[in-house]
Amino acid sequence: MTAQEIFDILKIRFGDALIEEKLSAAGGSASVGYAMQVWINIAPDKAKEISFFLRDDSAMQFDYLSCLSGVDYNNGTLGIVYHLSSMVHKHKIVLKTFCTKENPHVQSVSDVWGTANWHEREVFDLFGIVIDGHPDLRRILLPDDWEGNPLRKDYKVQEFYHGMKVPY
Amino acid sequence: MLTEFGKVFIFLLIGAIFVALGLIGAWIFRPHRPYPEKNATYECGEEPVGSAWIRLNVRFYVTALVFLIFDVEVAFLFPWALIYRQFGLFGFLEMAIFLFILFVGYAYAWVKGDLSWDKPKPQIPAINRTIVIAGRMKSASEILDDNDINEGVE
Amino acid sequence: MGLLDQRFENGNVFITSLDDLLNWARLSSLWQMQFGLACCAIEMMAASASNFDIMRFGVIPRATPRQVDVMFVAGTVTIKMASRIKRLYDQMSEPRYIISMGSCSNCGGPYWEHGYHVLKGVDRVIPVDVYIPGCPPRPEALLEGIMKLQEKVRKESMVKKRS
Repeated sequence: MTAQEIFDILKIRFGDALIEEKLSAAGGSASVGYAMQVWINIAPDKAKEISFFLRDDSAMQFDYLSCLSGVDYNNGTLGIVYHLSSMVHKHKIVLKTFCTKENPHVQSVSDVWGTANWHEREVFDLFGIVIDGHPDLRRILLPDDWEGNPLRKDYKVQEFYHGMKVPY
Repeated sequence: MLTEFGKVFIFLLIGAIFVALGLIGAWIFRPHRPYPEKNATYECGEEPVGSAWIRLNVRFYVTALVFLIFDVEVAFLFPWALIYRQFGLFGFLEMAIFLFILFVGYAYAWVKGDLSWDKPKPQIPAINRTIVIAGRMKSASEILDDNDINEGVE
Repeated sequence: MGLLDQRFENGNVFITSLDDLLNWARLSSLWQMQFGLACCAIEMMAASASNFDIMRFGVIPRATPRQVDVMFVAGTVTIKMASRIKRLYDQMSEPRYIISMGSCSNCGGPYWEHGYHVLKGVDRVIPVDVYIPGCPPRPEALLEGIMKLQEKVRKESMVKKRS
């Protein structure tokens, strides 16, 4: 299935949760050799419902979450990008959610795909996006009493941590 | 001029002196600078939580006890085995009675279940997530019951 | 109770020969605590294998800090790991030495500028005796580092240091 078909099906079912899509290739023409990744924008508080549908529907069956990453867009918005693929139908899709720095909340998809558990913990650790409904939300890479979220663009490393000088 | 036991005694004495020399020599030359962090229990770098004295299952004690009894029995068998020809049938019957008494004890331990090693029951983890296999949806319990996981693949 | 440990104010020929004997014994059997953290651990393993063989120097890998003389800190030291390294250094028994292997444990290595999670040099938590540069250092470099440590041990003395 192409991304346009997937978007149409999702639009019919979850109308208000889908905000927009970016489905055109770079340069606007599909005959150009290489196409930019197309993505579907979904609302952050509906991520779990949409993910369950994408995984369980027999026409789509996105049973493999290839990657879940956080992004800081440097203009006050943070986001999460989900790369899904289907082992059965052999198609792929990208989902994106956006949230603001003042209210960084996204629903968890770790009930849908088990691998999202640690990926979402990483996003929480390094970006500070609070994942609602996560079974075990705590820092995964940095020590538990670290201050700040390093992968944000406005992060300043702390001077001392337990008596050790952190910067060079 | 030295009895056989005397020679054994000299041997034991030299062994003890050898060990003592090593330990005392080390005590003389090694540095001894203890401080609280050094004396803490080793836990691969983490801080140790709780006490190291834990309750063990009683099966270890039971196995050791049964072993000890039959090991002593074997120890009694060794000197008898060296000289039993001298005593003929009488010696043989004497040891047979001894072994029979211990055999009754062995049978009792067996019937009572003291010789079996109790293993804890394995817990199969319960997964409550649906998994897609070969294009069909299955729940985790179906997959665990399913012997031939490749059926239905085109 | 170290009977003779640092109780002498000045040396004499007996002390120096005893020193030589003890130092020779200690440098010929420097048991190491294998502390491979990252890529330098692979080079440490290569040095322990048959081609370069640190065991011919008497360096045997032990897994517990209580029985070792030297700890090779081989690899990137993150801040999370640094408190464990400090605790393990405290649990080593004297005489103890530290060899810092590779750029990451010398000075933070390639993560010096942007690595928020990396401790810029393991000497920020424990005292280091020998630094081995390299990223990663070749096994021959590790062997040279061990030999430098042996030179350092050779110069140790039971005479109390006057400062």
